Amino acid sequence: MIEVVDLYKNFNDFKVLKGITLKVEKGQTMALIGGSGRGKSVLLKHIIGLLKPDSGKILIDNQDVSKLRGKKLRQLKERFGIVFQGGALFDSMTIFENVAFPLREKTKLNASQIRETAFKELAEVGLSGAENKYPAEISGGMKKRVALARCLVLNPEIILFDEPTTGLDPLIGKAIHNMIRSCQKRHNLTALIVTHEIPAIFPLVDRVAMLYEGKIIASGTPEEIETSKDPVVHQFVHGELEGPISIK
Amino acid sequence: MGLFLAESFFWMLFPPYLIQRIIKQINFIGVKTTLVILLTGSFTGMVLALQIYYTLVKFGAEARLGSVVALSLIKELGPVICALMVAGRAGSALAAEIGIMRITEQIDALDAMALNPYKYLIIPNLIAGIISLPLLNFIFVTVGVFGGYTVGVGLMGLSSGTYFGGIRDFVDAGDILEGLYKSLSFGILITWISCYKGYFTGYGAEGVSKATTQAVVLSSVVILIWDYFMTSILVS
Repeated sequence: MIEVVDLYKNFNDFKVLKGITLKVEKGQTMALIGGSGRGKSVLLKHIIGLLKPDSGKILIDNQDVSKLRGKKLRQLKERFGIVFQGGALFDSMTIFENVAFPLREKTKLNASQIRETAFKELAEVGLSGAENKYPAEISGGMKKRVALARCLVLNPEIILFDEPTTGLDPLIGKAIHNMIRSCQKRHNLTALIVTHEIPAIFPLVDRVAMLYEGKIIASGTPEEIETSKDPVVHQFVHGELEGPISIK
Repeated sequence: MGLFLAESFFWMLFPPYLIQRIIKQINFIGVKTTLVILLTGSFTGMVLALQIYYTLVKFGAEARLGSVVALSLIKELGPVICALMVAGRAGSALAAEIGIMRITEQIDALDAMALNPYKYLIIPNLIAGIISLPLLNFIFVTVGVFGGYTVGVGLMGLSSGTYFGGIRDFVDAGDILEGLYKSLSFGILITWISCYKGYFTGYGAEGVSKATTQAVVLSSVVILIWDYFMTSILVS
């Protein structure tokens, strides 16, 4: 279970997170929505321990990520997988090497087992035949799928997605959404998805939370969020130009 | 920056030791700089011999040409010019590569996999710098001495025995060690500064561009300043 309690983070004078409180139950998928540049990715990086908060707690099964150091933090990170916004593939490695890399570094599998596992994972995301290409040679959608394969190859318990379908055409976007959902169901993952794909993401998630001005202003089922009377949530979810959210 | 270096040396003590990655970086920093070193070394030796020969002639001491060229190259010009060449060719590339990895979240991806980015990115470069610089310096000095030979013996008519005899009589192990210490320390300085600038790059292409420029400029300036202090310690 992921529990974020009263989390604050400033970058110099810019207050990004102003008391975030959020809970994702074990095995649940939550979508995190909110305007661009409002701190959603920053929140994900706090959850996985890449950033330290100014104050507040991030509890993973009652262990505070921000207080962990050294081996304990490494052990906690090993329970996570993250798909970064741009894929964050290692550009000096082929697609196969990218997926095989965590297996080489984190497991005791031999070369043929690594090859077999990486090929299987790439086949699952529909990338058989692209193993020897470099990230620069494949499309944005393929990069996201490779990142997903690299993330799933170590069977994480918790997976974080940072805008997994942004910039992709609707068909690829939907295929990736379905892939995420089927992986989540198959491995019973706890997942947190930062996304702007509203309402496309709603059928795929159990809960939705909205981040606005550094705080979670709404959290509920997709139906509750879609029918929310809160003017900010209503304006954002329905993409209306008129309302309390300024687009300046 | 000091903390960054200290942390790198600290993590150097613990496995995994990424031998393949170190060899790859030796190839990148060392082997791929060899051609530049061969060219700069030979012409530095040649021009040095040309300048010094005409000065020595005024004192009737042209027989000392070999020893003056060799000592200048071994103690000073070899380590310094070699380091400046490596900073320009490999230092800038290191800063750019690590900087791009930072802005494209590849370093975050390593960290998120519970892998230590220092182990994968910084330490192999530091070790490669420590190994490569003395070897490049050896090549630089050797071709420099033969460049001086080409001018002194081939053009100016000194005898081969006079040229090499001077080197044998005046160059001792202490001079060679002085050059070795300098090139070792320059190896650390260049990779440390370049990796640091790349690792803590600013945002976007502009950030990487600035980091690359700063890596080369700072490395070059620090090499010259550090050279002065090292020389003053070693000669005393």
